[in-house]
Amino acid sequence: MDAFEPSLIAFVCNWCTYTAADLAGTSRLYYPPNVRLIRVMCTGMVDPQYVIKAFLEGADGVLVSGCHPGDCHYINGNYKARRRIRLLKEILPRFGFDERRLRLTWIGASDGIEFSHIITELVEELKGLGPVQTQNSMVI
Amino acid sequence: MAGYFKADLVENSLLKTLRAFLKTMLDMDDIRSILVPCRLPMKPRIMPMLVSDASYLANADPIAPSFPLNSARIVSRLTRKTAGGVLAVVLRPCEMRAFVELVKLNQGHPDDLILVGLDCIGAFSNRDYAGIADRHDSDFSENYCWNVLSGKDTKTDGTDQTPACRTCMQPVPDQADIRIQLFGSRLEDGLCIQAGSEKGEQRLSRMQLKSSERSLQRDSAVEQVIRVRQSNCENMIAEVEQKTDSMEKLNRYLADCVNCYNCRVACPVCYCKECVFATDVFCHEPYQYLRWADRKGAIKMPTDTVFYHLTRLAHMSTACVGCGQCSNACPNDIPVMELFKSVSLRTQKIFDYQAGRDVQEKPPLTSFRENEYEDIVG
Repeated sequence: MDAFEPSLIAFVCNWCTYTAADLAGTSRLYYPPNVRLIRVMCTGMVDPQYVIKAFLEGADGVLVSGCHPGDCHYINGNYKARRRIRLLKEILPRFGFDERRLRLTWIGASDGIEFSHIITELVEELKGLGPVQTQNSMVI
Repeated sequence: MAGYFKADLVENSLLKTLRAFLKTMLDMDDIRSILVPCRLPMKPRIMPMLVSDASYLANADPIAPSFPLNSARIVSRLTRKTAGGVLAVVLRPCEMRAFVELVKLNQGHPDDLILVGLDCIGAFSNRDYAGIADRHDSDFSENYCWNVLSGKDTKTDGTDQTPACRTCMQPVPDQADIRIQLFGSRLEDGLCIQAGSEKGEQRLSRMQLKSSERSLQRDSAVEQVIRVRQSNCENMIAEVEQKTDSMEKLNRYLADCVNCYNCRVACPVCYCKECVFATDVFCHEPYQYLRWADRKGAIKMPTDTVFYHLTRLAHMSTACVGCGQCSNACPNDIPVMELFKSVSLRTQKIFDYQAGRDVQEKPPLTSFRENEYEDIVG
């Protein structure tokens, strides 16, 4: 049997984490190909529904990553994102989701190395957690 | 403030006393209309009615154990713009809490309103109440109310009130300008009415009521009601959590759902003008369904059922007032309220928030503090 390769959906903000991902790429840093980046203008626009959809569609993990507090291009979008993630971390585990499958991080535009570390670490953790329970069920 | 007044009981009837009280209110110059649950002329059912002619108050029945819909939305409509006059609205405590949530979202305006609330003795589901109303005569509301207040069983014809009412821990109208107290008051001595605000105080003092004092049994009587409901609530939550602690179980719990979205329509605090689930976003391309079916072997149609309920939990559980209209509206008897209450108690707790408690409190997802929840980052 093939080794389990988790799929990770990452909502990254245009101004910080996406730029960091770009920097990681142009600096030829390694990070695992399990991640699918979705660029959003701000983490403050990540509706909880996007995260729920990702999990129901079979994502093994979801990362939401934006600017450090105080650095948000839109002043306070990342603070709002933090509340939404807090909300999801209360709701999803209630239905058996492991809380560790949902991560929120702040990765600044110059943190290419940090980006590569976090993706690597998260994919390793998801490998340990195994496939998400919605993978093969009829939940849509 | 917090003045107490007393209205003499009319012919020993709570209902007649309330009707007389509402009539006195409507007779005041500046009050245009009263929104109050009334008996319909064509059928023994209760619906909110907007009464301008005091003679129609003879049908008012705000103590009937019937809760056909949450009127917060109706009040929201009535206050969308200035209506030209003051409106008095008689609402259940859960309706007031929902209205407070709508006011925060700029979907309701309390300026030209006088909120009149009664201690809530609870209600039956629409289906159960229809049967009860058909079998009983017009004295039912009055008798049922006295029975419940004297501590007798809430069941009628073997049917009990809705689970939402049996587990409601906020049965007192804390948001009302005029609060009519039923718990712990000696009704034989008259109806105790408390002013809940400056507006209510001014109104009551113009109504030639006797002034009164705080009832000494009041607190313990309210506590007693809440204690029973709290224990019901804890049992209910434990049961529903056990039934839905995995996605597989949640799927089973929601298996009867046909995506009619009645629960969302009935929900007073589902605040979006247009629900995303009713938009083209969910009008998937035909090939998309086939791809899902290919990938999973088979998919249940219609799709997006669990997604819909989880999204609604994320969107409105912090505003949930626990009125139970979602369950009331479900054509397939899914215990929606139980699920939502079990989640909303948690989500409101993490933000130290209580839906409908205070109009000054911002909805938790629209506000933030700079140094909070730092433990979830990283």
